[in-house]
Amino acid sequence: MMLAAIEFAYWQTTIFKLILALVVVLGAAGPSVYIYLFKMVSFMQSRLGPMEAGPYGSMQLLAEVGKSAQKEDIVPERADRFVFKAAPYVVLISTFLLALVVPFGPDAVFVDLDVGIFFALAVSSISVIGILMAGWASASKYSLLGGLRAAGQLIAYELPLVLAVVGVVIQAGSLNMQKIVDAQIQGEIFGQSVIGNPFILTQIIGFFIFMIAVQAELTQVPFDMPIAESELVSGYMTEYSGFRFLMFFIGEFATANIFAFMASVLFLGGWGVPQSLMDAIPGLATEIGVDGNIIYSNAFNVIGPIIMLAKMFALTFIIYWVRFTFPRFREDQLQKFAWKVLIPLALVNIAITGVLKVVF
Amino acid sequence: MIASLLEIGLAQTQELSSVGFDLVNVFFGLIAVVAIAAALKMVSTANVVHAALYLLVVLSSVAAVYVLLGAEFAAATQVLVYLGAIMVLMLFGVMLTRAKIGKETDLDYEHRWVGVLVGILMFAVMGYSLIEEFGDQKIPNDNYAPIQTEAVANEIFSTYIVPFEALSVLLLAALIGAVVVARKD
Repeated sequence: MMLAAIEFAYWQTTIFKLILALVVVLGAAGPSVYIYLFKMVSFMQSRLGPMEAGPYGSMQLLAEVGKSAQKEDIVPERADRFVFKAAPYVVLISTFLLALVVPFGPDAVFVDLDVGIFFALAVSSISVIGILMAGWASASKYSLLGGLRAAGQLIAYELPLVLAVVGVVIQAGSLNMQKIVDAQIQGEIFGQSVIGNPFILTQIIGFFIFMIAVQAELTQVPFDMPIAESELVSGYMTEYSGFRFLMFFIGEFATANIFAFMASVLFLGGWGVPQSLMDAIPGLATEIGVDGNIIYSNAFNVIGPIIMLAKMFALTFIIYWVRFTFPRFREDQLQKFAWKVLIPLALVNIAITGVLKVVF
Repeated sequence: MIASLLEIGLAQTQELSSVGFDLVNVFFGLIAVVAIAAALKMVSTANVVHAALYLLVVLSSVAAVYVLLGAEFAAATQVLVYLGAIMVLMLFGVMLTRAKIGKETDLDYEHRWVGVLVGILMFAVMGYSLIEEFGDQKIPNDNYAPIQTEAVANEIFSTYIVPFEALSVLLLAALIGAVVVARKD
């Protein structure tokens, strides 16, 4: 039987996608923790990092997970039990919803929503609610302060995040992430279509604003006021232990990965390669469908995820490089930077993109 | 064996849908129950933060109903604006001022029956006007596709351009007003 002839029922594809979503969200977080948090930072600080568990310490993460999983699940005596226990799930739900719309190939996408990137930006803000819940329910002043700082910061940096994407949306002419990839594969710069039009070239300001805002959304250094360990112990996570702490921890790294996936779709061409390259390689040629749609080669459902993974690891490398290099912003500097630098810059970027879109 | 089981399952679903059993209706019922229960808990709970969190459940249920109706853009906007901005701001404000854990005693409102009356009146007016306007019209079931964002944009910037612009100016005025009120000098 031909592979293409297999048709799956709705529930079968749903279960398949569910398992795949777990792999994408949690599976990619593991290597990311090992490579960056365990090894890269160690080498940057002239030490070896974990070496005992497995070859070069590669099983260290499993050991850590095992340790966390068997720890006692402590709830502070005066805490609001239900809200305290539910908070990590809210954060993790936000992470999983984010992953839904990221395309990994022409057909390799969980849900091809028409509102694509808009949906992703909307659900990314749900994690703030989880953080506020954790901060409040812990019944600890450190936690509450951390939660409030996190909320203030995430509200401030969500605006530049959204505004940076608007430039890309104007250029691509669609919110749909597949069409954004499409526009970059088919695009041309000054009539040259050799490298397509990855939007990092035309939206370089947007790219920088997006990556800075992502850094702040993830509450990573230099934007880690909410969990500043020298002031707040560990901010909203202070009272969490064992399994629930692990959920926050995994959520943080998985969200970093997914934001990197999104940045590579928005600015680096996503799963695609330039059309000129597709034409040059025999197996990858595109076809024009009956209704004028461009149909990409099926091979991209396999190559695409690999390309996406490579871009993701390149971008997360930058995220953690910044994280382990810079000192922390002060709270007022952090707010000023968002409201007085990033947001005006993003608005100017939108205006210029709009004008150029009309002119060309 | 699995294949034959599947076929039976498929046949059953078709049979059920032919007698008017529709998954959309089932999910609507589930979401509605959740929303109403959360709304009742929201006004009866004895903790301000819990009330805000119950309101959160109500608002996300509304977003879920939008998704059921195929209005993806409205659903995403609901999540971005109500959950991501307004509710976060409300939680932020509540936690900054009175973030007590546990039951509070001074949350009762003596004129609550006025509120109940207004609620019933609103429900009656909206229910009546909805039934009067749409009666037993049905959402077309055979051609069930989500509404395209482009269509929404075209409507906003052509048919509804005047209300849209008026709302934008109103929001701008509110923003400037807030700055003026908040500034001390």
